[in-house]
Amino acid sequence: MSDAENARPSHTRLVIKMVSVVFGMLAFVFVGLVPMYNLICEWTGITGRTNEASLVQDYLVDENRSIKVQFLANNNADMPWEFRPMVKTITAKPGEVVEISYFARNATRRDMTAQAIPSLSPFEVTPYFHKTECFCFNQQPLTAGEDVEMALVFQIDPDLPAWIQTISLSYTLYDVSSEQQSAAVTFQ
Amino acid sequence: MTTATHDHGHDHEHHGPAKGLTRWLYTTNHKDIGTMYLWFSFAMFLLGGTFAMVIRAELFQPGLQLVQPEFFNQMTTMHGLIMVFGAVMPAFVGLANWMLPMMVGAPDMALPRMNNLSFWILPFAFAMLTSTLFMEGGGPNFGWTFYAPLSTTYAPPSVTFFIFAVHIMGASSIMGAINIVATILNMRAPGMTLMKMPLFVWTWLITAYLLIAVMPVLAGVVTMMLMDIHFGTAFFNAAGGGSPVLFQHIFWFFGHPEVYIMILPAFGIVSAIIPAFARKQLFGYSSMVYATASIAFLSFIVWAHHMFTVGIPFLGEAFFMWATMLIAVPTGVKVFNWVTTMFRGSMTFETPMLFAICFVVLFTIGGFSGLMLAVAPADFQYHDTYFVVAHFHYVLVPGAVFSIMAAVYYWLPKWSGKMYNETMGKVHFWLSFVGVNILFFPQHFLGLAGMPRRIPDYALQFANFNMISSIGGFLFGASQLLFLYIVVHTIVAGKPAPAKPWDGAEGLEWTVDSPAPYHTFTTPPKID
Repeated sequence: MSDAENARPSHTRLVIKMVSVVFGMLAFVFVGLVPMYNLICEWTGITGRTNEASLVQDYLVDENRSIKVQFLANNNADMPWEFRPMVKTITAKPGEVVEISYFARNATRRDMTAQAIPSLSPFEVTPYFHKTECFCFNQQPLTAGEDVEMALVFQIDPDLPAWIQTISLSYTLYDVSSEQQSAAVTFQ
Repeated sequence: MTTATHDHGHDHEHHGPAKGLTRWLYTTNHKDIGTMYLWFSFAMFLLGGTFAMVIRAELFQPGLQLVQPEFFNQMTTMHGLIMVFGAVMPAFVGLANWMLPMMVGAPDMALPRMNNLSFWILPFAFAMLTSTLFMEGGGPNFGWTFYAPLSTTYAPPSVTFFIFAVHIMGASSIMGAINIVATILNMRAPGMTLMKMPLFVWTWLITAYLLIAVMPVLAGVVTMMLMDIHFGTAFFNAAGGGSPVLFQHIFWFFGHPEVYIMILPAFGIVSAIIPAFARKQLFGYSSMVYATASIAFLSFIVWAHHMFTVGIPFLGEAFFMWATMLIAVPTGVKVFNWVTTMFRGSMTFETPMLFAICFVVLFTIGGFSGLMLAVAPADFQYHDTYFVVAHFHYVLVPGAVFSIMAAVYYWLPKWSGKMYNETMGKVHFWLSFVGVNILFFPQHFLGLAGMPRRIPDYALQFANFNMISSIGGFLFGASQLLFLYIVVHTIVAGKPAPAKPWDGAEGLEWTVDSPAPYHTFTTPPKID
């Protein structure tokens, strides 16, 4: 019996190999798949997220083109605030600096904190849409009954592909009062 | 330790199993563990089936009659989880335990103690999962795919039990898979080269690799859920900078290989049974091996076809569509080989063969509806409808489950030493065959007409097909009780079976007595 066993290749070596594949895959999920997803989203702009502030660029304003920009506001499921853009639609020329604002009111009786998450459509716009100032870069606290006008300053890159004539910028407002300062936005 | 050495001489005298309950608790014998896996999976099959009966009973008529929507959602979720992780996967592991060592001429599995552990943690996992139904807030209600944020932000408090249950199931599967790879690679009898292995061994080897690669991904994704729920991370929480779509990517990166984990061993079973009853060698053995490997490889690069509607760029949709359609090629090779094996064979139609032929036909129907779903532009209509339900039940029930039943009828004489009653077996087959088609075929029409899945109530125009489907469901469900009766009757009162009850059968397992002795191939057989 023991002779036959000795003749066999070692189980231990094989098991060590397989267990390391198991832990390798487990690590791959956390340090491979998740960052890969975020990188791909960033490179391609698929999710339409523009979370980075950019500096005002010295673009030549393209007077011959006008882009329709629509502003949308959504409340996440259990977010009770009043939340809307001050203007629904504007026409912007590529290159010019545009400033608009969103209105938010905490009509509840408790102090709350909100986080707005942006989304651009069509997603191909993402690399050409530069926000120099946005309320979505920070969390927004409001005491009970308080309201605020939140500024958004952006520029559209004149290199914007010709087929894009309308841009929709949507914000979803999340209640982050309970998880305030814990993990919000630090994850990216 | 002293007792162990003291008992040592004694051990060599009796080769039979220990007596009583401890035989099953402490056993390291692959046949005992295989038996336990098979009985456990059958119990889970009946439990998951009971949940399915609740679903079909509620859907018998439009309107809410029997259960509330919250409970209905728990039923669909638990039905899926228990059938996937409790019935189909352990059944295949049980078959592997019983058959692999005998098929490769090994005395036992490579790691017998781990084998015991990998089985015995399963009942605890499923006890934990099922107990959530009695907890405050109910059990998991987010579907077996547990998409975030349904399974995180909006989940019932019992979700933590669900997460740990999945961890245990994953650990069990990984241990089982490591054991199978070690057995196949290290324990083959001299002369049994890789390309001489029976196809069931081959398909299980590839399945085991898939398990080792993707079960950690499942463990990872539920761990992320756990962290999101309890430790304030935001992997899947958009407000915190995460993304719910990320959940779907990770889940299906596990989930697509997972569906092949549930079908590749079935290919192996059918490739053993069809040649036996066609009395011809399997056509295209090596192409079967390569086709299986190709399917396993492709399973890693098609996951996003489950999520065409989340807003993937066109190029991505095109890639995942073509990659998915490519899977039809190796699968087509397999179906062609099975049909060609039967062509001009001297076929007889005993129960295992009936189930195997039925597998080939109905699995192919499930494959075709899968091709329809792979077409990205069309998928926007089919997505999350009953068409999807019909599709995956066609590949899982008359696919995976029928192959397991075929395997049970085929190898039961070897396991028990008794012959099942052929007439009763055929009755079981025909009831199941008719039942399964009445149950699932109308669901194609319901889906194409727009009935969404996972709903307890539906619009009136879906009433007729739902009633037909439910009747089929009750028929199919009831006929599985007949299956239980047949198996028990065989073990208790079956006629003694010869060592090789099927005259066309090939393989080392038929060279040992029926029932297979407690220890087989303690000296390796000669293979030429």
